[in-house]
Amino acid sequence: MIAPPPELQTPGAGDFAGHDLLEIAMGPHHPSTHGVFRMNVLLDGETVVKLTPVFGYLHRNHEKIAEKNSYLASIPYTDRLDYICSMTNNWAYVLSVEKLAGLAVPERAEYLRVIVGELTRLQNHACLAGFLLQDMGALGTPLMYAFREREKILDLFESLSGSRMMCNYMRFGGCRCDLPAGWLEQAVKVVAEFDSFLDHFEALLNENEILRARSQGVGVLPPGLAVNAGVTGPGLRASGVNYDIRKVDQYGIYNRFKFRVPLGQHGDVFDRYMMRILEMRESIGILGQALRDIPPGPILDPKFKLRNLRPKPGEAYGRIESPKGELGFYLISDGGPAPYRYRVRPPSLINLTVLEDMCLGHTIADVVIILGSIDIVLGEVDR
Amino acid sequence: MQTPEQIKDRILAAFPGAHLEVIPNGSPANQPSLLLDHAQAREIATFLRDDPELRFDYASNVTGVDWPEKIVKEKVKVRKIIDGVEQEAAELVERKIPGFLEAVYHLYSMALGRGPLIIRLRTGNRTDSVALPSLTPVWRSCEFQEREVFDLFGITFNGHPDLRRILMWDNFADHPMRKDYVPAEEPKP
Amino acid sequence: MLGLGILKGLIETWRNFQGGYYDPARLTTVQYPEEKLPPQENARTIPFLVYDGADPLAGMRCTACSICAVECPAHCIVIVKDTVKKPDYLGKMQFHPKVFDIDMAVCMECGVCAEVCPFDSIKMDRVFELSSDNRSMVLQKLDLAKSNDYFRQIHPVEAAAVDAARAEEQRKAQAKKDASPVPTVP
Repeated sequence: MIAPPPELQTPGAGDFAGHDLLEIAMGPHHPSTHGVFRMNVLLDGETVVKLTPVFGYLHRNHEKIAEKNSYLASIPYTDRLDYICSMTNNWAYVLSVEKLAGLAVPERAEYLRVIVGELTRLQNHACLAGFLLQDMGALGTPLMYAFREREKILDLFESLSGSRMMCNYMRFGGCRCDLPAGWLEQAVKVVAEFDSFLDHFEALLNENEILRARSQGVGVLPPGLAVNAGVTGPGLRASGVNYDIRKVDQYGIYNRFKFRVPLGQHGDVFDRYMMRILEMRESIGILGQALRDIPPGPILDPKFKLRNLRPKPGEAYGRIESPKGELGFYLISDGGPAPYRYRVRPPSLINLTVLEDMCLGHTIADVVIILGSIDIVLGEVDR
Repeated sequence: MQTPEQIKDRILAAFPGAHLEVIPNGSPANQPSLLLDHAQAREIATFLRDDPELRFDYASNVTGVDWPEKIVKEKVKVRKIIDGVEQEAAELVERKIPGFLEAVYHLYSMALGRGPLIIRLRTGNRTDSVALPSLTPVWRSCEFQEREVFDLFGITFNGHPDLRRILMWDNFADHPMRKDYVPAEEPKP
Repeated sequence: MLGLGILKGLIETWRNFQGGYYDPARLTTVQYPEEKLPPQENARTIPFLVYDGADPLAGMRCTACSICAVECPAHCIVIVKDTVKKPDYLGKMQFHPKVFDIDMAVCMECGVCAEVCPFDSIKMDRVFELSSDNRSMVLQKLDLAKSNDYFRQIHPVEAAAVDAARAEEQRKAQAKKDASPVPTVP
């Protein structure tokens, strides 16, 4: 085997010198890597012996831009981090700024945040279930059924915030605008239809022999490794660890809603897929309660300042349970109009720490499915 | 929830002679942090992870911060001879606070549902003494995040299994998130 | 029995296929550009400048205060103030912009400029068919100027609220003027 020049060698690949191994770069232009993401995979036949993820292709240095812009100007940039879940990105950032500046949120705004946050979770998990099945070869049918429902949720976002995906909806101390006429009734209808869609979706897929054969026992993540490697979100709960930040931190008004936290037993791809389905059911339950109980009232804190927010010097770390995992923002303020240090804790990046561990010993076809079940969005991995 | 002061006492009980300091936090968030010394940082981290009372088994966030050198002007009272009489007078004195780089770790306990405990590690300066002990052998979640801190700030982590650039391309020379970073000239179309 | 799961799935697919012939919920394709989706009240794309009346330059509400240029996250607005003042809807003399350029290639359509404007002069448009045959996407003052009638047409609820607020301001200013009339030289 001809050795590649030193600067192109995968670190650690020299351990296999003398064997007939094939090194493939999967990506960055690849239909199944969920974005511009590269994996250097070292293969023995079709079995993976080493996998190195390479990212940075979508690095836009969001953190440095935020150091030059005001706190308000960073909110549209957070939409573009995990571009599928813009509402929860906004929420994590405004939560951190509210912790830093000591702002309170009125009750109606909290209910609005929970409603759009859970709608975001629904459409994200629908996306994931669809794309995972697409990666398994289901050629688009489950994906398009899921997207048909997702379109209804995106239409709701458009009539509320003005844009389907880059919503720019939350502000420090509340939400930007109130519900237009008829939105609540439309949302109740969409949620009811989503419930019956999930029944049909599960009937379509859950007992499918191909899905089960390809995903059960594949990509097992032991719970001890998951905790130590910082995996959060549905991937962690599929391994059996009961840690949902909505229950642990009880940020916002989540302590008022009754919902269960589904847990998996095996930590394989099938468990991660079922996690998303079960979490969608729980989100529908939360939405039903929130849409029923939302009170009238103001949506912005009376002390709300739109321009020129200058929190006192200090720091704060705020985190939420985004559909991908723990999304946190660490802000250091020096009293000026822009943050001194602005850091995004990206769940997709940290969930990728164990990608190699999960893929070793499996075939290259499984690598695509395992990556799909981790649920990454490159906007968040690279920022 | 245990405060950093209580945790500091518990660590000092296990590691007598360790240099620890509680750094207060000015914001309403009420999240003060614990500054650790390099010498026993990894042992203290292992203790934080394994101690049955603390069990900080989850390192959530690893951040780098750049604190450049600051010149602080202070009024200092000095005894001077003015018009033949020794008096106290106020003089403006410049004091240089040396710059350093910092790594901040946010720790949570999944087993006990507690958190956050914030740990800080500071380098000697921003130029030649930029090494810190890596906490990746203790918490695997620090692996990619410490690589990112190395890439964007220039802190080298001793003991990291695979320290190389993660977000910038491999032959990139500078550290973009430093405060004195000047981006390269864009090529004219 | 092996294959029962796939069979159940195929029944679902058959239901969807059949439903496509008589159930409108199954057919979600809109034959664009012959058909278009009904526009939403709140939908936003690129910003535009509002003017009252028929003349864009005389009726333009913008006073070149540059708050939108300062707050824009993408820094895509360039404003140069003119030296001549002209009266606004309350009769007060205000500056107006000589140059007002927005680079639409940089604009991220976030709406912050419309949110911070104190004079209700920059609002979000709804057009998305913006393809052109040259590379420049810089829109200048006259390209951006659209009348208040257009604003009422695309965002009826918001325009009605803005008009009502401005009418109220005008009424209050008039009432103040009537209460303390300026003495005229006899």
